[in-house]
Amino acid sequence: MNTAVLRTEFRLFRREPAAWFWIFLFPTLLLVILGSIPSFRHVDTSMGGLRPIDAYVPVAVLVALLMSGVQALPQALTGYRERGILRRMSATPVRPSALLSAHMLVQGVVALASALLVVVVGRVAFDVTLPQQPAGYLLALLLAAAAALALGNVVSALSRTTKIASAIGSAVFFPMMFCAGVWLPIQSMPHTLARVVQLTPFGAAARALNEAASGHWPGWAHLGVLVLWTVLLTAGAARWFRWE
Amino acid sequence: MPSVIEVTELRKSYGGRAVVDGVSFTVEEGEIFGILGPNGAGKTTTVECVEGLRVPDGGRIRVAGLDPVADHDEVARILGAQLQQSELQAKLTVREALELYSAFYPNPADWRPLAERLGLTPKLGTRFGKLSGGQQQRLFIALALIGSPRVVVLDELTTGLDPRARRDTWQLIEDVRASGVTVLLVTHFMEEAQRLCDRIAVIDKGRVAALDTPAGLIRRSAGATVVSFTPSAPLDERELTGLPALASVEHRDGRITLTGTDETVDAVISLLARHHITAHQLRVTDATLDDAFLDLTRDHTEEAAA
Repeated sequence: MNTAVLRTEFRLFRREPAAWFWIFLFPTLLLVILGSIPSFRHVDTSMGGLRPIDAYVPVAVLVALLMSGVQALPQALTGYRERGILRRMSATPVRPSALLSAHMLVQGVVALASALLVVVVGRVAFDVTLPQQPAGYLLALLLAAAAALALGNVVSALSRTTKIASAIGSAVFFPMMFCAGVWLPIQSMPHTLARVVQLTPFGAAARALNEAASGHWPGWAHLGVLVLWTVLLTAGAARWFRWE
Repeated sequence: MPSVIEVTELRKSYGGRAVVDGVSFTVEEGEIFGILGPNGAGKTTTVECVEGLRVPDGGRIRVAGLDPVADHDEVARILGAQLQQSELQAKLTVREALELYSAFYPNPADWRPLAERLGLTPKLGTRFGKLSGGQQQRLFIALALIGSPRVVVLDELTTGLDPRARRDTWQLIEDVRASGVTVLLVTHFMEEAQRLCDRIAVIDKGRVAALDTPAGLIRRSAGATVVSFTPSAPLDERELTGLPALASVEHRDGRITLTGTDETVDAVISLLARHHITAHQLRVTDATLDDAFLDLTRDHTEEAAA
């Protein structure tokens, strides 16, 4: 990791208002909009004593990770390759991999900060209990962030141009949003559907976050699914990525 | 003098088509060495192998004794590159780009005088995406020089520059060389090659068609000297075509243009004197590198076709 590159990438990220909005503000905004619907603040019996707003905090956290990993990252990385920015970097003693890893780190950190904002606003505005098992929550969060970045890397590896990256990114984004529980939190999904969804990276992440939120250590099966996906996706990205 | 760049029997193919097919040359320390050739001749691929951006299929490259692929980082520290097609992050300012690239090298040059020299000072706060083509090009020239390199490789150096910026850039390259830096220059701009290069390799169809000084290349070509005049009386065509070392004869509006060597000129003057013919508006000029280039690359094409 080259610190000059990292500093530059952070500075450049600050100049992208759209990315800031979608990654940093939108997940919290989503939570605030849902929380202002009165029925979302009442206990729903189908959710095992939770209010919908409680269930939507982990969902909004995953939305932050998906926005950065699957929407923003592939665009940026594919653009860096398409426009010859990586090539120019290859002709310096600093490898282009330094640029990619710096950019991923910035995206990851902003997404995690956004997740933190969601949790804090949930607590302050809607009285959502803070995660009862913070270490487990953090672990699940970090693994989910790694899976999101790995997925984004696969998308940029498979996309020759930014247009293709945006098409593939969107095609992947909506199913992942569904698995994360944006339309229906995993607790409310029919049993069979939930069992399938929890085998996907963001279904497993939703399960792990819910368990940690309610005070349990996240199930090793869910964490294992996340790790397995991250390993497979990273291997795929490394295999298919082209520097030019 | 030691060779800074050695390229021996370089080969590179794309999809079974040999783009570079056995190119060899050496560049001496402190030399400005040009690579000239038609589009698609393999010039850029050759220098990209020297820069370590591409892995050769065959042959050997050494830059200051190092292998650009195996010793990528060491080579990148002493070699500055201006690539034919590359960009920077659109929202990066000129100042930030100069500072960032300075941080990549152990002994960077001070970027301020460099920016001043390239006329970038008023643009320091401007983002890359808002620069004109010529300004982007000047920034890339600055970035090629920012690491205080021993060798600079410049691919299509003055593309997109206006005539004034082009001349300023040539002066800059001459100054850079005067400070002991070796320059490898890819161009298809003859005036640039003739003005800057000590030696030129003409590359055509992936091979070195000729390697010489600019003057040497011109001398070597068949029509190195051009003589033209309007004769006061008609000349016998057979006597003209019988001139020694003649490369071509052309008649246009009563004016005769001959190309050949100094020997041809001597012979035509005595021919005119013998017939008491006056040569009006007599002009004797050296062929340009342009003529030599066309001659060299044409011959090669015909050989290849035969």
